[in-house]
Amino acid sequence: MERLPLIPKRRTFGEISLTAIFVALAIATAFIATRAYTPAYAFHMALFSLGSVVAVAAINMRYQARPVDPPPLFIDGRPNYNYGPVKFASLASLLWGTAGFLVGLYLALELAFPALNFDLPWINFGRLRPLHTSAVIFAFGGNALIATSFYVMQRTSRARIAGELAPWFVVLGYNFFILIAGTGYLLGVTRSHEYAEPEWYAILWLVVVWVTYLLVYLFTLARRTEPHIYVANWFYLAFIVTIAILVLGNNTEIPISIFSPKSVVVWSGVQDAMIQWWYGHNAVGFFLTAGFLGIVYYFIPKRAERPIYSYRLSIVHFWALIFLYIWAGPHHLHYTALPDWAQTLGMVFSVVLWMPSWGGMINGLMTLSGAWDKLRTDPVLRMLVVSVAFYGMSTFEGPLMSVKAVNSLSHYTDWGIGHVHSGSLGWVAFVSFGALYCVIPWIWNRKLYSLKLVNWHFWISTIGIVFYISAMWVAGIMQGLMWRAYTPQGFLEYSFVETTEALHPEYLIRAAGGALFVVGMLIMLVNIYKTITTPRTEQVLEAIPAPAAAE
Amino acid sequence: MSIDQQVNKVRIDPLSGVPTTGHEWDGIEELNTPLPRWWVWTFAATVVWSIAYCIVYPAWPLLHGATEGLLGWHSRTAVVQDIAALQETRAPILEKIKNAPIDTIEKNPELLLAARTVGRVAFLNNCAACHGAGAQGAKGYPNLNDDDWLWGGKLSDIRTTIEHGVRWDADKDTRSGTMPAFGRDGLLTPQQVSEVADWVRTMADLPDALAPEPAGEKLYNDNCAVCHGADGKGNQSVGAPNLFDAIWLYGSDKGAIVNRIMQGGGGVMPAWKGRLDDTTIKALTVYAHSLGGGQ
Repeated sequence: MERLPLIPKRRTFGEISLTAIFVALAIATAFIATRAYTPAYAFHMALFSLGSVVAVAAINMRYQARPVDPPPLFIDGRPNYNYGPVKFASLASLLWGTAGFLVGLYLALELAFPALNFDLPWINFGRLRPLHTSAVIFAFGGNALIATSFYVMQRTSRARIAGELAPWFVVLGYNFFILIAGTGYLLGVTRSHEYAEPEWYAILWLVVVWVTYLLVYLFTLARRTEPHIYVANWFYLAFIVTIAILVLGNNTEIPISIFSPKSVVVWSGVQDAMIQWWYGHNAVGFFLTAGFLGIVYYFIPKRAERPIYSYRLSIVHFWALIFLYIWAGPHHLHYTALPDWAQTLGMVFSVVLWMPSWGGMINGLMTLSGAWDKLRTDPVLRMLVVSVAFYGMSTFEGPLMSVKAVNSLSHYTDWGIGHVHSGSLGWVAFVSFGALYCVIPWIWNRKLYSLKLVNWHFWISTIGIVFYISAMWVAGIMQGLMWRAYTPQGFLEYSFVETTEALHPEYLIRAAGGALFVVGMLIMLVNIYKTITTPRTEQVLEAIPAPAAAE
Repeated sequence: MSIDQQVNKVRIDPLSGVPTTGHEWDGIEELNTPLPRWWVWTFAATVVWSIAYCIVYPAWPLLHGATEGLLGWHSRTAVVQDIAALQETRAPILEKIKNAPIDTIEKNPELLLAARTVGRVAFLNNCAACHGAGAQGAKGYPNLNDDDWLWGGKLSDIRTTIEHGVRWDADKDTRSGTMPAFGRDGLLTPQQVSEVADWVRTMADLPDALAPEPAGEKLYNDNCAVCHGADGKGNQSVGAPNLFDAIWLYGSDKGAIVNRIMQGGGGVMPAWKGRLDDTTIKALTVYAHSLGGGQ
């Protein structure tokens, strides 16, 4: 028999206001869709409208299903952690990652065999390339960051995440942004700024989602029951705050019309280039470095069951990294119309950045002192540690390539592609894999299905990365040397066509490396699927600390 | 939690012998290890190097411009110097080509080598995209190694084609002469187009040509002969190709020929005068002429 509630069930302020906002958005975007200048924009506005309707329905269904009282913050003195959004984001990360890696593989094959674009506009290199970069950086990496940050901030604050609808708004809203951005690329909607292709309306939506993300983070930290804020949270916060500033700065643009997807950026010429690479380089610094260092600072000590190597180093390298990174962008514009003084500053700040970057590597690797033997038995920890090694390698290579003399050889060649992929495959993807292999069993309360499969994933992917980056080093250096080769009479030794011909073998090796990486990812999907679907064998209370690698 | 309690939680890590900070989050502690010395010194060294670099090279922005740096190095002047040095290296060979009348170059082995050196580079960087790295051409893009020329294979012809392009509207002296779209514009019925195509294929002696209708010959003479000639040998002054040789720019199967008659038109080549300097065009002319088919 059901007990009658003493207090009647009421919609919360959040439920009412969010419903109102989505109703308004559904109507507004439906109106815009009917008057849109281009079919692609009409499609996107229709998607916004449909998404808003679904959101209204979802909020209502959630209201119908929920108990009268909001979920308690503590149960029996233990924090009542909210893992729902973490679960969604971690699975989204895996699926977007698989899609992004496959598109990358296809692009690698298109470069080796251009006929593979089949003369179709939607899959030509120019449209697929931003799809690949956005899918792996923002969709795969972004979801991994949201998942782990929501997990880490709750655990290290000993507090339930702030808000009930807000965390879901962040996770679902972010993935909706990715949907808009990705379909936009295929349909030819682009701002033509590298890593900043989405048009004004997608960015407007992203800004709302991102500010909510920041607020959720801050409010959760504010209700923490620990006296101090753990270092991983500093890195996550730096990532969230700086990305907001970068996106706003680089998207200072005026839409042609509310009915048009096009916008005009306020900056022009070299100012536009400078802002773009201030954004672009710090997307690397704060999205792909600071955010993922947050992962390192939680998951490596947790998995290794060892204390962080040096608290002082974590403070010093954090502030040094934050301060220095933001100035290093101009090294992307060496030997261009950018004034010499700006090029110099971009270069010296990049060189000074070397040690602050390595601070994270030292803390990541040295945390294992006393637990090195675990690398033999725990492939998940091995993945995390190798990712830190790749991080160290790329953060040495980066300052090296920012030196003007080196850059004059490396710039515009495949060396850049190799550098980016040693960072993205070796560092970002591996640290994400490692964290997801930890966090998914923990939040689903399961044992990881197979460590053996993790071992296979690790080796196949590592070999793939080595193929990829060594092929690109050879290709890049060869390309750079061929471009600058002169005959004794003072004429170019090679034509551009000849340099591209010479790259073909390296492009094949790169595609093979990419294929291995995809195979590794598929192995991971099987492993995670089995982990989640295998029935729970032992009951473990959610609130107790996550079982650290007992395998 | 008060600071006292914090301090009380400080313990010595048995494995490293280093004390912890006394903080703990979700089971994670931190060691109070000092900064690694080598890290601090390397960091300091990069800072010192950077300051030195900023003194030597242009670095600090001022209200107007920026500090010049002790070396006085400037990227614009560096480029100017590099280009000047390159021009100096190139000067002897370019001078030779510039001073020689174009028709004497091929008779002098030294001049020919010079022109081919310059011409080859110019060809690969400007022409190879359409004509192929070996000038072998492609469907719709003429092969420059054979002796079949649409607009003439003499040095003067080749030079004019390079300088003014083909059907390049921006150049008023461009090679013009456009085949009408006989089918699309209704000058011939599809049946007639088919008959003309059969006739052309017979005259060209293609192995699978069908026995032509007599009407095809009359249609050819009425519509095509004015440019392609009654004998089908073409006319280089209007760029009309020889139809009865074995070289087919767009293919020799009936579908390809029907398509050409239906659509008309022809290929486009940009005008290079102004984009390339006269000496380079001269070298390029000799290069194309010397590929094998020059007349």
